[in-house]
Amino acid sequence: MPDSEIAVQHNLKHHFADLEQQRETSTFGMWLFLVTEIMFFGGMFATYLIYRLSYYNAWVAGSQTMEIQLGAINTAVLICSSLTMVLAVHFAKLGNRKLTTLCLILTLVLGLSFLGIKGVEYHGHWVHHEVPGLNFHFEHEGNYDPRQVMIFFSLYFAMTGMHAVHMIIGAGLLTWLLIANGRGRFTPEYNTPVEMVGLYWHFVDLVWIYLFPLLYLISHHHNG
Amino acid sequence: MWSNLPLFPARASTMAGHVDALYFALVAMAAFFTFLVSALILFFAIRYRKERNPVATQIHGSTALELLWTGIPLGIVMIIFVWSSVIFFMQTRPPKGAMEVYTVGKQWMWKFQHTEGQREINELHVPAGRDVRMIMTSQDVIHSFYVPAFRIKADVLPGRYTSTWFHATTPGRYHLFCAEYCGTQHSGMLGEVIVMEPADYDRWASGGVDGSLASAGEKTFQQYGCSMCHRGDAAGRGPNLMGVFGRPVLLDDGRTVTADESYVRESILNPGAKIASGFKNIMPTFEGQLSEEEVIGLVAYVKALGNGTANLPIPVSEPNSGTYPLAPKAEGSAAKSDKATTPAKTEPAKPAAKQ
Amino acid sequence: METAIQTTEPKKNYLNAEYGVMSWLLTTDHKRIALLYLGSITAFFFLGGFFAMLIRLELLTPAGDLVLSDTYNKLFTMHGVVMIFLFLIPSVPAVFGNFLVPMMIGAKDLAFPKLNLASWYIFIIGAGFILYAIVTGGLDTGWTFYTPYSTTYSNSNVVAAALGVFITGFSSIFTGLNIMVTVHRMRAPGLTWRRLPLFIWAHYATSVIMVLGTPVLAITIVLVALERLFHFGIFDARLGGDPLLFQHLFWFYSHPAVYIMILPTMGVMSEVIACFSRKRPFGYDFIAMSSVAIAVLGFLVWAHHMYVAGISTYAAMIFSLLTFFVAIPSAVKVFNWTATLYKGSITFETPMLYAFAFIGLFTIGGLTGVFLGAVGIDLHVTDTYFVVAHFHYVMVGGAVTGFMCALHFWWPKMTGKMYPEAFAKLSAVLVFVGFNLTFFPQFLLGYMGMPRRYHAYPPEFQVLNVLSTAGASILAVGFLMPMIYFAWSLRYGKDAGPNPYNAAGLEWQTSSPPTTFNFEETPVVTSEAYNYDEIDGTTQKGVEVAG
Repeated sequence: MPDSEIAVQHNLKHHFADLEQQRETSTFGMWLFLVTEIMFFGGMFATYLIYRLSYYNAWVAGSQTMEIQLGAINTAVLICSSLTMVLAVHFAKLGNRKLTTLCLILTLVLGLSFLGIKGVEYHGHWVHHEVPGLNFHFEHEGNYDPRQVMIFFSLYFAMTGMHAVHMIIGAGLLTWLLIANGRGRFTPEYNTPVEMVGLYWHFVDLVWIYLFPLLYLISHHHNG
Repeated sequence: MWSNLPLFPARASTMAGHVDALYFALVAMAAFFTFLVSALILFFAIRYRKERNPVATQIHGSTALELLWTGIPLGIVMIIFVWSSVIFFMQTRPPKGAMEVYTVGKQWMWKFQHTEGQREINELHVPAGRDVRMIMTSQDVIHSFYVPAFRIKADVLPGRYTSTWFHATTPGRYHLFCAEYCGTQHSGMLGEVIVMEPADYDRWASGGVDGSLASAGEKTFQQYGCSMCHRGDAAGRGPNLMGVFGRPVLLDDGRTVTADESYVRESILNPGAKIASGFKNIMPTFEGQLSEEEVIGLVAYVKALGNGTANLPIPVSEPNSGTYPLAPKAEGSAAKSDKATTPAKTEPAKPAAKQ
Repeated sequence: METAIQTTEPKKNYLNAEYGVMSWLLTTDHKRIALLYLGSITAFFFLGGFFAMLIRLELLTPAGDLVLSDTYNKLFTMHGVVMIFLFLIPSVPAVFGNFLVPMMIGAKDLAFPKLNLASWYIFIIGAGFILYAIVTGGLDTGWTFYTPYSTTYSNSNVVAAALGVFITGFSSIFTGLNIMVTVHRMRAPGLTWRRLPLFIWAHYATSVIMVLGTPVLAITIVLVALERLFHFGIFDARLGGDPLLFQHLFWFYSHPAVYIMILPTMGVMSEVIACFSRKRPFGYDFIAMSSVAIAVLGFLVWAHHMYVAGISTYAAMIFSLLTFFVAIPSAVKVFNWTATLYKGSITFETPMLYAFAFIGLFTIGGLTGVFLGAVGIDLHVTDTYFVVAHFHYVMVGGAVTGFMCALHFWWPKMTGKMYPEAFAKLSAVLVFVGFNLTFFPQFLLGYMGMPRRYHAYPPEFQVLNVLSTAGASILAVGFLMPMIYFAWSLRYGKDAGPNPYNAAGLEWQTSSPPTTFNFEETPVVTSEAYNYDEIDGTTQKGVEVAG
């Protein structure tokens, strides 16, 4: 039996006419889901923007305490992970199981590294008493209202925390892909799940690309 | 029982008639369209019931009709919009010279402070025939000041002032309700607005009080050391507050804001938010140290400083008091000459330190 | 009413294809999932109704003497939360949307059947959190969760309830996503957009709102929960936050949410009125476009809930103007449905009675929305019983009536059984009478000044409150009767046949109940929707196409 027929037999769901319709439907569905994610994060971005306009000095003060090096490394890590993800999709479409596995593993490792570095940062904030509601105590140079700085940190943890949750989900999805790929599920005829997880992963990466300047780089002065 | 069937509350303010007029016009419009649609449905249902009309006529539609029944409702609602906006402008623009009453809402009572000095809880005495402006804040959650007989309502928020106004017409006692759910005793947060003849009100207001709200504020001003920096001349570390209230203030970032109640309150509780041009950001915050009533007193006092009914003292002797010579001791002349050096103008001696 | 020629029903249908609890709990058949939803939301409807009954009993007397104040506050809060999130939002889309959307477009299932099942489980888990909040002390913030009361001052189960609302929101999002993708990608050959039943247009527009609006509520309610747990201060003025920001974020979803609740029932109206007038709806294009217009405009009016909250005069005027605009498409629909009756051939089965009730009650509800959109009036009537009356007219007189209409129209298709017509008509009348008696007096109460969410009230408001409670008892009977006769019909009802009402639409081309995969072969659509002239054999030469 030709590969395409095997693919159809194993993968075509009963309510679709052909694999093409199934793939188009999945793609549409994932894009629509990403639109809902934009609205989801959008609420926090809107809150951030509104408060930044009113509490700019507090925003500057809070942003100055961010560890820019770690944030920049994390940004690079995520961008690289998007590259490896794209490559995974590419190799899946080519039917190269080994390279698909390799790229998926690299993506997963990079994603977990991001989470690890984020954990280091969170620990740093804890040590410096910058966690609202737990041990918040902020005393730095500048004319700001400390309550407003606490709002900055609340939004920082809410936004990066929600982003981290999405990264963890992404890591789970990558693990699932690795297992499925190991079992030979993905072929040139059928590789939609890899592509869909790729879309999701790129979106989560994109959210970070916005978070990094907004949280880390407000009026940043290079300190020697 | 039918004579007691209520359709609208007493009309006790100048707004009531306007609001009722629009309301009854809307009732007529709504009744008209409800009856029109109901009558058409009933008529069609009977005239075209299956026994009478066994074969239905397929009609795709009629663009002309669609335009008609889109355009006419649109026209009607635009008229309603304009009419209601006119009323709304009246409701939200208190006339100049309105007398002011400060309100603090808290779970679950209303506290009123008249500028003459009277304090009330859950009862609000006001004169008929005069514009009254309520300046309100909450000590805890959101409440809402609602007097049905006046047809006014405004939410009362923590952390800022909101305001509403009315012009009572008929003496009497009227319900005051809290209209924003605020917890256990929300429905128990009732009050009474007692509208009095103007002469009776004046008598009531002057009866045995400890002094006006502004003078209470002046005491607070002294007590918390505000006069150390805010003096009646240009030599203070803080701006001279004479003649400031109600006027535009230039800030250090170039913006201009009006020195209203909210500005004064913010300056006390969050001084770093807006820095007057030419001054440093050195004022400490009094957040947590002052009750809402004390803040209101200070606002009233600054208002009095603004319209010249109160004065800021100038310290008689002070070493190293700065580049400007001290003004003469007499407070009257000091007030006049210092009016020229309000924070709205740049102070040349103190360059603005841009943060 | 013509009965379709009785064909031999295939023995296997979706109900008896498999037996056993697990075959239901692990089903991916959109029709079974629809029934899972139907069972759950019916239970929640009666739970919410129970709370309503206690509220109305308390309000018989001016004093707060039936329950404690805190209890009363929890009753109206839980009534709102359960009715809105656990009944109204899912109601028509999750039951009838799930059941009918694939069938109406000639598909074998929704685009993502497993996601559909996951939606139901997410709904149940979210409901579980809300039920947990109820039984462990309740929630007393109002369904609107206004800050800082909900974040700082309330002593009730805010976090559990907020999480419950957050989770059920995702059920809504996934259902909307499923419906949208299905309508885009899985229509049968020949089924162009302009041949779609208006039910599909309505559900498509609803799905747009579900997908775009609900995530904003989700993040807002998460922030409320975080603030309550960690004292963040985002919405708390004492900590530098802004309570009005909460209101903006909350209403940005919750206003479009009301269109989620009403648009699907408008789709139902188009189907039912067409069927029992034996003609296509008047102005199909305009009805379809007005669904889309409502969805779009619905996102632009949220601050009309905040005219007195402390927004600026200019903001209030802009939102007032937009609110008047959003009223127009609904009016257009009402006129088109009325015009559909003109020169129809009308019969008065129960669904048609509910449709008449819907049009009348929704008209009143919608018109009183115009009252509230007028800022000058709103200052007096907002936060009073006028608002309560308005939204019950559109939500109960509109959405619940529409739900009952749909239930009676498609019950034969879903179950293969007919319900007893006489009892059904009687309960429709009881609902109509009871509803008006319950809620019309509340308009008067509101204009008189009785605020909402009041446990006790001044004595002059008692007469109208007594009338309202009397109406509520009639309404309750009207809603209880269908429980009984629908259950009865499952065992003793007459067999319905594939198309007892001779209705147009692909769903009626299947057996009643349908087989698991709906269609043996994918149908090919060659005629316009609502081809009642073909169905009745009355195709005329020169069909009247005015305008």
